Amino acid sequence: MNIIMAALFLGLLGLLSGILLSFASKKFEVKVDPKIEEVMQYIPSANCGGCGYPGCAALAEAIVNNGVSISLCVAISKRNADAINKIMGVEKNANDNDPLARKAALIRCQGLNTDEYKNFEYAGVKDCQAAVLLQNGPWKCPHRCLGLGSCVNACPFDALKMGPNNLPVVDEAKCVACGKCVDACPKQIIELVPQIKTVHVLCVSKDTGKDTIKMCKIGCIGCGICKKNCPVDAIVIENNLAKINYEKCIDCGKCVEVCPRKSIIKESHQDI
Amino acid sequence: MLAPKTFSGGLHPPTIKTTADKPIIALPMPDRVILHVSQHKGAPAKTILKITDKVACGDKIAVAGGFVSAPVHASIAGTIIGAGNFMHPMGVPSQAVVIERDKEAHMTEYNYEDGLALSPEEIKQRIQESGVVGLGGATFPTHVKLTTNDTSKLDTVILNGAECEPALTTDHRMMLEHPDEIINGLRLVMKVLNVKKGIIAIENNKMNAIELFDKKLAQDKEIVVQPLITKYPQGGEKQLVAACLKREIPSGKLPLDVGVVVLNVTSAAYISYGVNYKMPLIERTVTLSGNCVKNPGNYLIRLGTTVANFIELAGGLKDDVPVKKIIMGGPMMGFGLFDLNVPIIKGTGGILCWDENEAAMPGSTNCLRCGNCESVCPMGLQPQLIKKHTDHRNWEDAFRLSVMDCIECGCCAYTCPAVLPLVQNMKLAKHMIHQQSIKDRKK
Repeated sequence: MNIIMAALFLGLLGLLSGILLSFASKKFEVKVDPKIEEVMQYIPSANCGGCGYPGCAALAEAIVNNGVSISLCVAISKRNADAINKIMGVEKNANDNDPLARKAALIRCQGLNTDEYKNFEYAGVKDCQAAVLLQNGPWKCPHRCLGLGSCVNACPFDALKMGPNNLPVVDEAKCVACGKCVDACPKQIIELVPQIKTVHVLCVSKDTGKDTIKMCKIGCIGCGICKKNCPVDAIVIENNLAKINYEKCIDCGKCVEVCPRKSIIKESHQDI
Repeated sequence: MLAPKTFSGGLHPPTIKTTADKPIIALPMPDRVILHVSQHKGAPAKTILKITDKVACGDKIAVAGGFVSAPVHASIAGTIIGAGNFMHPMGVPSQAVVIERDKEAHMTEYNYEDGLALSPEEIKQRIQESGVVGLGGATFPTHVKLTTNDTSKLDTVILNGAECEPALTTDHRMMLEHPDEIINGLRLVMKVLNVKKGIIAIENNKMNAIELFDKKLAQDKEIVVQPLITKYPQGGEKQLVAACLKREIPSGKLPLDVGVVVLNVTSAAYISYGVNYKMPLIERTVTLSGNCVKNPGNYLIRLGTTVANFIELAGGLKDDVPVKKIIMGGPMMGFGLFDLNVPIIKGTGGILCWDENEAAMPGSTNCLRCGNCESVCPMGLQPQLIKKHTDHRNWEDAFRLSVMDCIECGCCAYTCPAVLPLVQNMKLAKHMIHQQSIKDRKK
């Protein structure tokens, strides 16, 4: 008898709360656009923040509600981007045909690794910012890569690792140009450049040529020989530093040949 | 003599004060000085002279760049031969003026005038003009400490003669050789602030200084000499106030908020010179010590003398002992120098030239969670937990553990059996949190 009473009571309670819940779910329903969930399926969900929105869910919401283009997402593959465009009914991304749009991180320092160019031995915390706080790092050149790997730790896509000469190496196939490493570098050495281009100035020293020669054997001194020899006027000298305009650059490599300091290099490999 | 007092936490590193019995020797003037415009906390001073201008000793070469700033004066007579960026002891080039000595120039004479007869405003004005900053090493401009809207809460001025840093003996020698100037400086500050109670706090490893002041102040009703138990960091502002008055300075506040002004004893002596003689701060005592030095001792040297020149004037380094590390400041809070052509600045209390043995640096291992750092932290922080958060770049949690209250005394790193660079972690966390707060404010 007791068992029956208990079963009856619990059954009744279950029934009542079931009715209540089904009523509440109708009454207090939050309307989510089914499109957002669909878009979420194709978004990388790495939450890198490269798009400028606080996470992937926020970008999905912006795509559906505000008509933001998926091209903001740097990590997405072509196939997934097409899938999202299909959901949204958009024909094509504006910069799909732009070969310069696909970017990768570039370490703009060749990291000369000799004691001659060192002020002191650093034995502290393995963090670039910490080394900067201690007398601007152990190297004579105030712009040299410190080689303590803050950018490697910051990369959410595993695209950076420490290579020879205590310099980080970028895996261009994995790099999606989210810009986390650019923010993590206290020396502002890392820049996002078009992956298709292979000629780069690997120096960020804005000191005068006289100072740079004292501190590095291969630093840019802003002599302007590259600028004179460039057939398409793609190089400008700003604050004692050569800068390549990638929109004009034709990758001919003339500047690499004439650079007396070997600050400009042509990458040998190409991933695209 | 009163019973010695102290604070909770802290530790007792070897004092190695081998130069405590060496009287202060005035060194000859250097031929060239480099005077940085940023020798103090706060805004850098602004230069007012140009190259080829002639200056007399004590002339102002840079005016204060704001309220929390101090002027810089020419420490030798001569000609300005250079201006621009020169290496600062902190390792970053910054603006400085170079003066070459004119050997025929006359010594500037300073006439005595009783400072205690002046009005408080006048005294403060003279302190500000003399460019005196906290000479214990923090280099906070002194006149800022003496400026408060509400003097009713203020009741005590403490002179800090603890000198808890190992190896440094400049404050000790100043107390033994210039006690009258120090007492006069304290009286001037008490007059400015209208305070009736002064304390001269001295660690009890300097008994001769305590006895000297006890004798000098035996009849005095306002000023007492307070012995302190020898412990590091007894000379920290917060630790000193806690030991002398049992008052705790709240997080992010100054001693002023609990009614106390703390000044270094050497600063007090230079306040006395600045007010009574109108003599600006152009020289200071520096302890030269370490195994590599021929003549360790305490030397009176003009500000702006380069470290290399200073060591040479004081007798140079031993030929047979190779130098491993040269430190500006004390072993606990000082920093290593990589360039000896940096000048001695207002905050320089010592130059230590260490050999291989003294500078030995064992490699660090992993944290053992032994808790030594927590038991010695004078601020009651948890260095090992803060380190864990900074390793993961988790600044919010480091902030929640009050990393901003860290005084960077180095007790935790000194006592750590795993030899972890804990203080550097703290400095990093403080810097990152500070940057973040600036960014947030801009938004």
